Amino acid sequence: MKLTDEEKTLLEGSEGIAYQKAMELLVKYGEALGAERLVDTNNVCVSISAGAYTSTRPGASINEIDAVLSRMYLDSDEPFEIPRAKVYTCRLIREMDPENWQIQGITPERHEMGILSEKVCARIGMQLMHSCTPYLLGNVPVMGEHCAWIESSAVIYCNSVLGGRTNIEGMESATASMLVGKTPYWGYHLDENRLGTHLVEVEYQPESVMDWGLLGYYVGEIVQEHVPVINGVRKAPNIARLKHHGAAAASSGGVELYHVVGFTPEANSLEQAFGKKKPVAKLKFGKAERKTAYDNLTSATDTNVDFIMLGCPHYTLEEVGNAARLLEGKHVHTNVNLWIFTPHALKTIADQEGLTDVIKKAGAVLMTDTCPCISHISPKGVKTAATDSAKHAHYMPAMLGFPTWFGSQKDCIETAITGKWRGELK
Amino acid sequence: MKKIVLHGRKVVGGCIEGEALVTKDTISGWGGIDAVKGIITERRHELRGQSFKDKILVFPGTKGSSGTSMAFHATRLVGTAPKALIFNDMTTKAALSAVLLHAPAMTDFDKNPLEVIATGDRVKVDADNGTVEITKK
Repeated sequence: MKLTDEEKTLLEGSEGIAYQKAMELLVKYGEALGAERLVDTNNVCVSISAGAYTSTRPGASINEIDAVLSRMYLDSDEPFEIPRAKVYTCRLIREMDPENWQIQGITPERHEMGILSEKVCARIGMQLMHSCTPYLLGNVPVMGEHCAWIESSAVIYCNSVLGGRTNIEGMESATASMLVGKTPYWGYHLDENRLGTHLVEVEYQPESVMDWGLLGYYVGEIVQEHVPVINGVRKAPNIARLKHHGAAAASSGGVELYHVVGFTPEANSLEQAFGKKKPVAKLKFGKAERKTAYDNLTSATDTNVDFIMLGCPHYTLEEVGNAARLLEGKHVHTNVNLWIFTPHALKTIADQEGLTDVIKKAGAVLMTDTCPCISHISPKGVKTAATDSAKHAHYMPAMLGFPTWFGSQKDCIETAITGKWRGELK
Repeated sequence: MKKIVLHGRKVVGGCIEGEALVTKDTISGWGGIDAVKGIITERRHELRGQSFKDKILVFPGTKGSSGTSMAFHATRLVGTAPKALIFNDMTTKAALSAVLLHAPAMTDFDKNPLEVIATGDRVKVDADNGTVEITKK
């Protein structure tokens, strides 16, 4: 890779070990990718945490936190304290809700570790968004802005809906980018890789949040890590619909960028979406394809449901409001736990609007900062779950071990009240 | 015994020999593998329940969450890592996972490794010289 003088200086270690390790990692990573150089970035999303993001706990304890973090996040056998971020950096989702951690079954030790991680991240100068949806909280990249983001559902939103430019970074590469303000100039940072590859003709008009999730889940599984162009959509989607669509496509496949002709910024027309390229394949999304996605998302058979998870990616305030309206004056069945997830900053507004109270009175919990799959948390003894998130329906069976129904927010909340799944594809 | 040689590009350097584990399905590190046990866990994956520990993992590419690199990184820290990676489609998740595994990794082959290599074959990955030598089972 070609390095600038500034990058070479950092690599030689004259600015200190942290910057040296960050540059070493970015150079190895860039060479593995086949990148020719690095590009400057001033927008990083990452989440540093001493606890568990996977089910492993590599011996983290409070007195060795710097050693743990420098090993886990910057691949260094030599321990050091991670210094202040050089560029604008947001901390994304973390391992617990700071208020409801006991309900989530987080142990006091893990909670303490979570608080300590939060302090380290504050010291580093990260904005503590504690959500998978930075774009709901003021980090809204402009068209063409080079970013280095983790979180597949946020990356696909940044690339597709906002026209920002990022690859799906890992914790380690994003931590390195945060320290030196560089990321490999590769993949979706380059114009030519942002053109569409697969044409998807919509025959069934997606309108609801659920439909957009089904469309994303179907298309992602077929195109894998390529760039689908959705054509034929007549009605404008909204934040919640595209948030769900992207999260679904990034779960069944590895989609990092899609275009919706007429609605996303790099696809005013089919010609713009594909440039001079011809689609490598044409797919359609009709009733049959919608049904396939729905069936693939369903892993449950028992209609008795005891856990319902809503809010992946984290709910917008509008979605929290819709849930509260459906729960108003009702009560969640005694056998069921209903957990609803939103960013902490939005919950502050939900508190003011009285939505949190309505949810609480109905026997559900409005949670923040985390989600079941990130934290490996769920109520005790769950046998069958339900969710309105294609991403959680995809991951929960493998990560938490219980079969899961997929449906609309309304299907899920009705089930929360009756304890019985009656959702179906209408 | 018949040997087949593939030529490709180094992702991470090194040379190692081992037994192949081949899948046509893409792999998601976060939510698709159990790093502690060293097995694939994704619900509809053809290798679900199988161990990749000490295997030469041959797969089309990675998908899913950005947690993939951290999951593969964790396999190295707990001792369940694959010996080497051979894959077709380059993504940031695959590249970063390979870097953090500190294991030889290769891509961009002259022939499709998924068609040439079968599970159980002996495979020598020489990433520094850009070759993969296969001895059929």
